[in-house]
Amino acid sequence: MAIFEAILELADDHLVLGHRISEWCGHAPMLEEDLAMPNMALDLIGTSRTLYDHAGKLEGKGQSEDDLAYLRGEREYRNCLLVERPNEDFAHTMLRSLYFAAFMRPYWLKTLEMTNDETVRGVAGKAEKEMAYHIRHAGEWVIRLGDGTEESAARMRDAVAALHIYTDELFESSPAAAEAERAGVLPVRADLRAAWDEVIGQVFAEAFLEAPEVPYPQTGGRKGLHGEGLGHLLAEMQSVYRAHPGATW
Amino acid sequence: MYSQGLIGADGSTTETQEFLDAFQKRIDAEEKIEPTDAMPEGYRRTLVRQIGQHAHSEIVGMLPEGNWITRAPSLRRKAALLAKVQDEGGHGLYLYSAAETLGVSREQMTEELHSGKAKYSSIFNYPTLTWADIGIIGWLVDGAAIMNQIPLCRCSFGPYARAMIRVCKEESFHQRQGYEIVMTLAQGTPEQKAMAQDALNRWWWPSIMMFGPHDADSQHSDQSMAWKIKRFSNDELRQKFIDATVPQAEYLGLTIPDPDLKWNEEKQGYDHGRIDWDEFWRVVKGHGPMARDRIKDRKAAWDNGAWVREAALAHAEKRRTRKMAAE
Ligand SMILES: [Fe+2]
Ligand SMILES: [Fe+2]
Repeated sequence: MAIFEAILELADDHLVLGHRISEWCGHAPMLEEDLAMPNMALDLIGTSRTLYDHAGKLEGKGQSEDDLAYLRGEREYRNCLLVERPNEDFAHTMLRSLYFAAFMRPYWLKTLEMTNDETVRGVAGKAEKEMAYHIRHAGEWVIRLGDGTEESAARMRDAVAALHIYTDELFESSPAAAEAERAGVLPVRADLRAAWDEVIGQVFAEAFLEAPEVPYPQTGGRKGLHGEGLGHLLAEMQSVYRAHPGATW
Repeated sequence: MYSQGLIGADGSTTETQEFLDAFQKRIDAEEKIEPTDAMPEGYRRTLVRQIGQHAHSEIVGMLPEGNWITRAPSLRRKAALLAKVQDEGGHGLYLYSAAETLGVSREQMTEELHSGKAKYSSIFNYPTLTWADIGIIGWLVDGAAIMNQIPLCRCSFGPYARAMIRVCKEESFHQRQGYEIVMTLAQGTPEQKAMAQDALNRWWWPSIMMFGPHDADSQHSDQSMAWKIKRFSNDELRQKFIDATVPQAEYLGLTIPDPDLKWNEEKQGYDHGRIDWDEFWRVVKGHGPMARDRIKDRKAAWDNGAWVREAALAHAEKRRTRKMAAE
């Protein structure tokens, strides 16, 4: 059960972030980004699907990927708070992706070294490469905006101020995740700090950004204690599915 | 997604008869015209207009379908819809590039879209009201686009023809995917089937209007035909589309909302009821239900993104300056 929950946390992270990025579709600042952002969203949603499917099998109660994605409410979602933060502007959106990918890339690389779960290994092999691309794409934008115009630099600094407080949660393991770590399924989150710091440090140096001290990190997602935005995201995402119980799409 | 029957391509031209005859000879020999070749001004203007309208249609077309990405009722459908809308953006990009070979910039074309000077396919000025609309659009609207674009793969202008070959492959994938969504609904619960029928009722007439006015009322068509920009008339393509689509609807158990639709043994095709041309012209002239919202959304995306584009330029400039200082 703990492993089911730990996989679900990961799946929720990917679906919620993929969904947020997909909200940009057709509204990006330039056509090239209208093509690039769906790629990122598709990578994330694709990973979530494999993880939900795997979680459903581990649980053994016949829940499909869609049951898990569409029939749990905001108190049952286990994503970290970072991924549910609203898009705000392009600076926030790119920084959020950079923070997440800079964590997930070393996470999946470590998973490849240690996991005893073949499905998780399969996910890691694919997702590691995708996260490298997300780091590059989002990181380049953080640099361009941080070292662009006065306005873009100010917006980038605002984004750092708004989002940095959510990054500590990435390194925390819930009781379920800790059990999956002890069982050799998932890597220890706290061990990935140095790898994350290195990527963020490099990007921030080029972007003329500073990582702020965070005296009071925001956490709680793994306990289902979310911000107010997640309920709206889920209400929208789940509306059709829930309006037609048992239907096939 | 679309270009047939768009309004206002003006093929009038002022070159000498000798020049025009020599050009026509190349066209008749099925030679491809490339961007650096000499061409009549009217040919260039017609293509800029048509390719531009086609590109804008792809871009505006992202909005009605994008409207359902966040509500797609399964993760598989969500991913497929995202990929589809992304494809449409890709089509817009190839088409803008094809138009740019004729000496107009993407920026200029974008401004014309926002000011209302450039048109796009009026089908996208109808709203997507239920999930079934996503299936129906793939089936009918992408289906109509294919009818129109397959002949464009042989268009005399090389860059446009080559762009269309790639685009057509993706459109036919979209059409099959749309049909499969509708099939799932038609075989689903009574509510799902009703949703599919309702969407068909709303999209059928606008879809067959996509082929443009009847041949007798279509200006500028003859010159486009002679230059092999266009290969079939509006009515010919509309007929092909209806003949292909009616059996598909029957297979689904859905009813096409045209009581006058019937098989004509003599012409080996379907006769259809009267098209409401008042509605057609109203929507073409910008009075469709979503016309103002579509342009407002596109302008908002563009205006809200201005600071990002400016920052990218400023950053590139800083890099160049630093590199030069270092050398
Ligand atoms: Fe298209
Ligand atoms: Fe399409």
